[in-house]
Amino acid sequence: MRAFADLLDRLSLTASRNAKLTLVRDYLATAPDPDRGWALAALTGELSFSAAKPAFIRKAVEGRMDQVLFAWSYDYVGDLAETVALVWPLRPGANREPALSEVVDALAGAARPEVQRLIEGWLDALPDPTARWALLKLLTGGLRVGVSSRLAKQACADLGGVAIGEVEEVWHALQAPYGDLFAWLEGRGPRPSPNAPGRFRPVMLAQALDEAVDVPRLDPRAYAAEWKWDGIRIQAVSEGGLRRLYSRTGDDISAVFPDVVAALDFDGALDGELLVRRDGGVAPFGDLQQRLNRKTVTAKMLQAYPAVIRAYDILALDGEDLRALTFSERRSRLEGLVAQLSDRRIDLSPLQPFETWAELAALRADPPAGDPQVAEGLMLKRLTSVYEPGRPKGPWFKWKRDPFLIDAVLMYAQRGHGKRSSFYSDYTFGVWTAGPGGDRVLTPVGKAYFGFTDAELKAIDKFVRDNTVERFGPVRAVRAEPQAGLVFEVAFEGLQRSTRHKSGVAMRFPRISRLRWDKPPGEADELSTLERMLDQLAQP
Amino acid sequence: MIKPQDLLCPRPEGLYCPPGDFYIDPVRPVPRAVVTHGHADHARAGHGSVLATPETLAIMGERYGADFTQTRQSAAYGAPVSRDAVEVTLVPAGHVLGSAQAVVRWKGLTMVVSGDYKRRRDPTCAAFEPVLCDVFISEATFGLPVFRHPDDAGEIARLLRSVAQFPHRTHLVGAYALGKAQRIIRLLREAGWDKPIFVHGALERLNSLYEAHGVELGPLLPATTAHKQDFEGAIVIGPPSALVDRWGRRFSDPVLAFASGWMRVRARARQRGVELPLIISDHADWDELTATVDEIRPGELWITHGREEALARWSELQGIPARALALVGYEEEDEA
Repeated sequence: MRAFADLLDRLSLTASRNAKLTLVRDYLATAPDPDRGWALAALTGELSFSAAKPAFIRKAVEGRMDQVLFAWSYDYVGDLAETVALVWPLRPGANREPALSEVVDALAGAARPEVQRLIEGWLDALPDPTARWALLKLLTGGLRVGVSSRLAKQACADLGGVAIGEVEEVWHALQAPYGDLFAWLEGRGPRPSPNAPGRFRPVMLAQALDEAVDVPRLDPRAYAAEWKWDGIRIQAVSEGGLRRLYSRTGDDISAVFPDVVAALDFDGALDGELLVRRDGGVAPFGDLQQRLNRKTVTAKMLQAYPAVIRAYDILALDGEDLRALTFSERRSRLEGLVAQLSDRRIDLSPLQPFETWAELAALRADPPAGDPQVAEGLMLKRLTSVYEPGRPKGPWFKWKRDPFLIDAVLMYAQRGHGKRSSFYSDYTFGVWTAGPGGDRVLTPVGKAYFGFTDAELKAIDKFVRDNTVERFGPVRAVRAEPQAGLVFEVAFEGLQRSTRHKSGVAMRFPRISRLRWDKPPGEADELSTLERMLDQLAQP
Repeated sequence: MIKPQDLLCPRPEGLYCPPGDFYIDPVRPVPRAVVTHGHADHARAGHGSVLATPETLAIMGERYGADFTQTRQSAAYGAPVSRDAVEVTLVPAGHVLGSAQAVVRWKGLTMVVSGDYKRRRDPTCAAFEPVLCDVFISEATFGLPVFRHPDDAGEIARLLRSVAQFPHRTHLVGAYALGKAQRIIRLLREAGWDKPIFVHGALERLNSLYEAHGVELGPLLPATTAHKQDFEGAIVIGPPSALVDRWGRRFSDPVLAFASGWMRVRARARQRGVELPLIISDHADWDELTATVDEIRPGELWITHGREEALARWSELQGIPARALALVGYEEEDEA
């Protein structure tokens, strides 16, 4: 338990992805089986205990200490599991410290009434508050240490010196605590079979198109073009009676999309975009977001936000692996299958015919009526390309629409993390609007923490320090007046109405595209400019 | 009948003793002061006279210059000194070098002012000695049951493990310049770290003072003159505020560590951008505070500063009357 606790403790305060990878990899390399397997399952979100509820952890501690002292403690710390872990009054005569696998095994076999006694016994057996914290976090299912399942798989790949695609390909054939996976990664056993029905296949990704370099050297006749849909990339698999919907990183999201899973009436694996479609058209990304990152889905949501698959590739059909075929060959199989299914929940991402790059560029700048109006841009796929996991150079390109641009004024700056902890590197910026008294005031419209060079970061940091008007902990309010302040040109991919933001708008993927030292803040954009953009987006 | 408040009572300047006409750790200049230890919020310049341990007087001289007071009176641990009708004895508090509790006796009444203290071993100063008394006047910086400091050797082991795990990064350890920094250095030496330790300029004079008092710190180098590559895999110690500011930029890809009792609470570490919190404090944690009160069993417990209400409640539940003095002017954030 202690090594696992140390791992969670470090992960929870480490921002850098590389440092996280080192921590997870080192843990996996040194922890014994089966503990490390259960830890991996916990990190990838595949381990959950329903019998352990926060309420009775609270009850247990209140039975042991003065309630007023507990209440003050909880009030100070603000997190129940952490408070209980810290204040836990040990009883003497406890057992030795439990291993992670003992906890998992005991809970799997425990009847509900036994669970509280088990947990109290473990808390008594763990003299270190960090270990008690890790135990409670594990039991209540909220690790929140900033490790995605992809990062955990990358750490496995690093441990074995293999490509992440190889780990992803076998992942869904594996069961915690993953003894066969570690045996393979450590060269003690064969590679687990990736041929489990319903498994995830690592996805093929596109490179960003560099117009100046790529366009002149590419032959337009060798490429197919299609619209780049603004949903999430999914893989829909239906094999041997198993139906699964995966995110692009291989997370199983079937449980929240029963409507889509019900439509997988074939034997094979499709690659496509998950979208919400209403009134015959694609709904904005915000609608899809309503259904993401949830554990369950209600009937009301299914009706309000009906999800569909817009298919663009096919990886397997009727037991045949199609990934070694060319794009053109796969495409004709895909078209055949979608036509045969004839289900409104699975449609085809249409190809956009074109003759020259100039013609395609014009389409990209001014998309035809209908769904292409809300697309993020175009995808280019070489007709002869095989389906190759990862991001190979050359076969697929994404050609995003030019971003939206506005000029906004820096209002607040916050210290960054890790490498950037000595810099004010997270910026809140605003645009002008009418204040309560009719005067012009700034209202925050977004936050950005990248898009600038290291030299620009230094310059902004100096500006923040020299122009601080107020401090709130790690945040500084910066001088922002019509004649004095700093203007950012902010680029963003999309805009939505938002009730959570005071300004009523929320940007997608905002970043700083240019520093406008030359521009007086008074000449930055108005909120009405953003509202006009919203209106234009709403009427394709 | 003599009442405790006839001997010591809170005033805006600090804790005042009317029959001896002196203040203990006054926060403003006064004619006569007794100073428990050298931290700036307890030891201020400009008093008419200062009674303190020789080490504390040396620390004050180093920080404020030789003329920090008109008259200094040095009192060794355990040697009683008279202040008019009142007898004052300084007894080790285990907080930092020279730190003392002030034991104040008058007409058969004994009151002990703990100053800041801790109960665990510290290789850089004398250990706390409990004194039986009628009234124990305690600090309560960490007076909440959530503050439970782990073994310091374990925290140092975590630091060294991280240094081994990230050999190309620089570990920056924030530690208060008086006491904490020297304790961390000693603990690193005890754990077998014999490489040079880089230190911020603000630490240099106090490091020399500790060494002059017999605390060996091993090879130390100024963190200003070295080349960037010298810092790979190195440990650098400096005041917390300097590490996260521009001074800290000379190090590539640093791991920010901070040695403080406040690091026990995760949100505190996160707020400060600390990647490796080291829970090492020179103050008593909740278990030490309660164990000390339990051991001394004073007739009354008074609490000077910190989280008074929780310790007062605990004390009342044990049947020991408690009173919060709510003295102001003692900082708790950076040095703890």
